[in-house]
Amino acid sequence: MTRPTPRRLWTPTLIAGLAGMAALIVLAVVAPWIWGDRADQLTQQVHRSASGDHWFGTDALGRDVFARTMVATRLTLVTSLGATAVAAAGGIALGAAIWVSGPRVRELGQRLIDVLISYPSVIFALVVVAVLGPGPGTSVAAIGLASCPAFARLTTNLAASIAGRDFVSTARLLGVSPLRLLRRHILPNIAEPLLVLVSVAFTVSLKALSGLSFLGLGAQPPSYDWGRLLSTGLEGLYTNPAPALGPAAAIVLAGLAGGLVGDGLAAAANPAAPRPRGRRAKIESVLTSRAPAPEALVEVGGLSVRRADGTRLVEDVSFQIRPGEIVGLVGESGSGKSLTAMALARLLPEGLEPEAATLRVDDLDLTGAADRARTATEIGIVYQDPSASFNPTLRLGGQLTEALRVHQGVRRGEANRRAIQRLKAARVSLPERRMRQHPHELSGGMRQRAMIASALLTGPRLIIADEPTTALDVTVQAEVLRSLQAANSGEGTAILLISHDVAVISSMCDRVLVMYAGRLVEELPVADLRAGNARHPYTRALLAATPTLHGPVDEPLPAIHGRPPQPAERPSGCAFAPRCPLAREQCREERPVLLKTGPGGAAACHALAWSAETAGSTQ
Amino acid sequence: MTEPILSVQRLNVVFGRQHVLRDVSVDLPAGRTLGLVGESGSGKSTLAKAVVGLVRPASGRILLDGHDVSPKARRRVQMIPQDPYASLNPRMTVGQALAEAVDPRRGSVREHRQRVGELLGMVALDASAADRYPSEFSGGQRQRVAIARALAVKPDLIIADEVTSALDTSVQAEVLNVLRSLRAELSLTMLFISHDLAVVRHVCDRVAVLYRGEIVENTSRERLFARPEHDYTRLLLDSVPDGRPFVADRTDR
Repeated sequence: MTRPTPRRLWTPTLIAGLAGMAALIVLAVVAPWIWGDRADQLTQQVHRSASGDHWFGTDALGRDVFARTMVATRLTLVTSLGATAVAAAGGIALGAAIWVSGPRVRELGQRLIDVLISYPSVIFALVVVAVLGPGPGTSVAAIGLASCPAFARLTTNLAASIAGRDFVSTARLLGVSPLRLLRRHILPNIAEPLLVLVSVAFTVSLKALSGLSFLGLGAQPPSYDWGRLLSTGLEGLYTNPAPALGPAAAIVLAGLAGGLVGDGLAAAANPAAPRPRGRRAKIESVLTSRAPAPEALVEVGGLSVRRADGTRLVEDVSFQIRPGEIVGLVGESGSGKSLTAMALARLLPEGLEPEAATLRVDDLDLTGAADRARTATEIGIVYQDPSASFNPTLRLGGQLTEALRVHQGVRRGEANRRAIQRLKAARVSLPERRMRQHPHELSGGMRQRAMIASALLTGPRLIIADEPTTALDVTVQAEVLRSLQAANSGEGTAILLISHDVAVISSMCDRVLVMYAGRLVEELPVADLRAGNARHPYTRALLAATPTLHGPVDEPLPAIHGRPPQPAERPSGCAFAPRCPLAREQCREERPVLLKTGPGGAAACHALAWSAETAGSTQ
Repeated sequence: MTEPILSVQRLNVVFGRQHVLRDVSVDLPAGRTLGLVGESGSGKSTLAKAVVGLVRPASGRILLDGHDVSPKARRRVQMIPQDPYASLNPRMTVGQALAEAVDPRRGSVREHRQRVGELLGMVALDASAADRYPSEFSGGQRQRVAIARALAVKPDLIIADEVTSALDTSVQAEVLNVLRSLRAELSLTMLFISHDLAVVRHVCDRVAVLYRGEIVENTSRERLFARPEHDYTRLLLDSVPDGRPFVADRTDR
C-alpha cells in the first residue's frame, strides 16, 4: 500500500565515480601537451628509482615513467572506451535484432548467445588477435566483440520483460511498427540496466586491453599504454618497483572509477536497493491526556507512523474495539489504514517507525518491547492474498499449527486435532486431507478460509483482517465473509476489518472508522452508514460515488475530483479541503479535530460547527 | 435491429485440454454497450483476446461489421487495459502517447496538437495534460488517458477489460462517468468486461453472464437485475454485498 520512498540518483558512490572519470578524461586530453616531451626524452639516468625528480623512476632508456604514465592515459582510455562502444553498440543491436525477429529466430539467437557467453571473453579475444595479428586496433575489436554477447543477452531479456507490459501490447494493437516499438517503448525503459552494464564493460575492457598489451599483443612500440608500461616496468620489479607500480596504480584507479559509476547507477536503477534499515519496531511511547477506556478490548491512542525521513504516514489515530465487536476501517489506497492495523500487530515493514500513547490488546501492552509470543497468540491476522501468505513448499498442516506449537508448546498430535476442528468450523471441505496438501492444491477461497482457521487457532481475542476478500470472486467473497462472521459470533472474537469497499464494511461491521490521508476523519455506527447519515463530507462523497445494485442509474455518479495529497505534501489544514465542496478559508488554515456527533459517532470537520452556528442563530 | 458491429458465432477456444470457451455466440449492435460478467476463469478475458486477435479460436467465427476479423482490421477494435499504471509508457508524455495512437508511424505531438487536445477534452482532461508524464496523474486520470488513446483511432468497437478494478472508489466514479458520457455523445460501441455487477449496472445496456466458458444468460440490464433467470446469475446477484447485514441473525445480536 505504501509507495516506495523516492530513489536518490546522486549517491556519494556515483559522484565519486563520475568525478574520477571526469579527471581521467581531462588528463587524457591535456597530458600529451604537458608531459609529451618529457615522456620521450632520452637521458643518461637509466633505471632510477622513485625520487622527487622522477616520481615513478625512469626506464631502461632513462625516460621519466611518471610522464609516460600520464601520456599513456589517452591511448588507454581511447582503446577502452572504443572497446566498450563496440561491445555496447554491437551487443544492443544484436539483442534488439533477436528480439524483433520471429519466435524461431529468437529462440535460436538466444541459445547462440548462451553458448558465446559460456566462453571466457579473454580467450575469445586472444583467438581474434591471433588471427588478425597484434595491434591496438585489433585488440579493441577483439575485446569489443568478446563483450557483445553479454549486452545482447541483457537486451533481449530486458526487452522480453518490457514487451509483456500493457503499454507495449496496446501500442502493437494501435499498429506501431516493431522498430518504432523498440525505439520509443522498449529502449527508453531498459536504458538504466544497460548503462550499468556499459560502466562494467568499461572496467572489464580496461583490464582486458591492459592484459593484451602486457602480453605484447596490444599497443606496439613506439606507442604505449598502461599495460605496456606495466610490462616494461615489471622487468626490474625486485630492484626498482616504482616503474611497475605507477602504471598498475593508474589501472586500478581507472577501474575503480568505472566500478563506482556502475555501482552508483545500479543502486539508483534498482527499486529494491537497500534503504536505511529501521530498528526492529519498538513502539515509542508518547504522552497524551486521553481518558483510558478499561472496558475496551483494544485501545489505540495517539498512534503515528513515520518514515525514516520524518514523513508521517499515519497521524494521531485513536480508537477502541470492544470485546466481540466487528470494527471496519475504510479508506482509499495511501490512507494509512493497513499501516494502522499493522502497527497494532507490530508488523510494520522495516524503515517505518511507530509511536503511540496507548497500544493495548486486552492486558497486553504493545508499546515498548512487548512479548512476541503473546502478541502472536492474542492477535490473529488474515492477509489480503492467501496465495502469498502461505509458504508454497510446505504442507498446510505444519503451517497451520506453527503458532500453536512454537508459542504455546502444544504437542503435534493435539495441534493437528485442533487445526482439523478449526478447518471444519471455517467450512473447509475434507479438513483431514487439506492438512497434508500444499497451498496450491486449494482454491483461493478455500485457502483464505484455511487462513482464517489458522488465525483463530491460538484462540486470539482479536483478528485483524486486511482486505481479506479483495483478491477473491464475489461468490467466494461471500463465503469467506461468512466464515469470518461465524468466528465472531461463535467465539466472540473481535475483528478489525480493513477494506476499501464500503459495501463489504457496511454488511459486516458494527462500527466504522473512516481514514483519509493518514488521519481518522470519522467514526460512526454502521446503521448511520447504511442509512447514509455520515457527517464528514469525505464519507458522504465516498458513499455517493459507490455504484450499487439498487440506486438510480440514469444520472452520473457523483465523483470526487482530484486526489488525496501525498504524505509529504499534506497541508496544515484539513487534508480533504482541496476536494471538498464545503471548504472555506478556515479549512485550509486550521486542522479540524474529531468532535462527537452523536451516540457512537465523531467527525473531524469544521463544517459541523458552522451548521450548529447557523442552527443556533436561526433559533 | 441494425446489423451488429460485432458478431461472435459459436466460438470455441481450447488451451491444451481445457475448453475455455464453449459455443459462445454474442451480437453487439452499433452504439450499444454489452456487459460481460463472470468470475475468474469464466473466460471473459479470453473472449476479449479472441476478438482483438490475441487468441486463436479452435472453431467459430468473429465478424466485425459483417467481415471476419483480420490483422488489418485490428485498429478498428481498441482495448482499454485493466491497469492504468502498466498501460502507459512511463517515459512518454501523455501527448506523445496520444499522438502515437493518432499516427503510429510518425506521430509527433507538434503535428497533432489539435487532435490531442480534442481527445483530452473528450475525457475531461485539460489540454495542458499533453506535456506531462503519466507519473504526474492519479489512477483515474491515467485511465482516462488510456480511454482517450483508444478513441484516437476512431475504432468501431472498444473493449474495456476491468477498467476500474485497479482504482479507488472515488476515482472509479470519474472513469465510469467519462465512459457513460462518451457512449451518449459518440454513440460508442463497447464490450465492457467486469466482475463487479454494480459497476456493470451503471454502464451497460445489455449484460451477458459467462459461467465456465458458456454464456448462461444474455439479456437487457433491467431484466437481469430485476428478474434474473439462470441460477448462477441469481447466485452472483445474491453474493454482492449491498450494505445490508450478511447473515440474518446478526441484526438481533
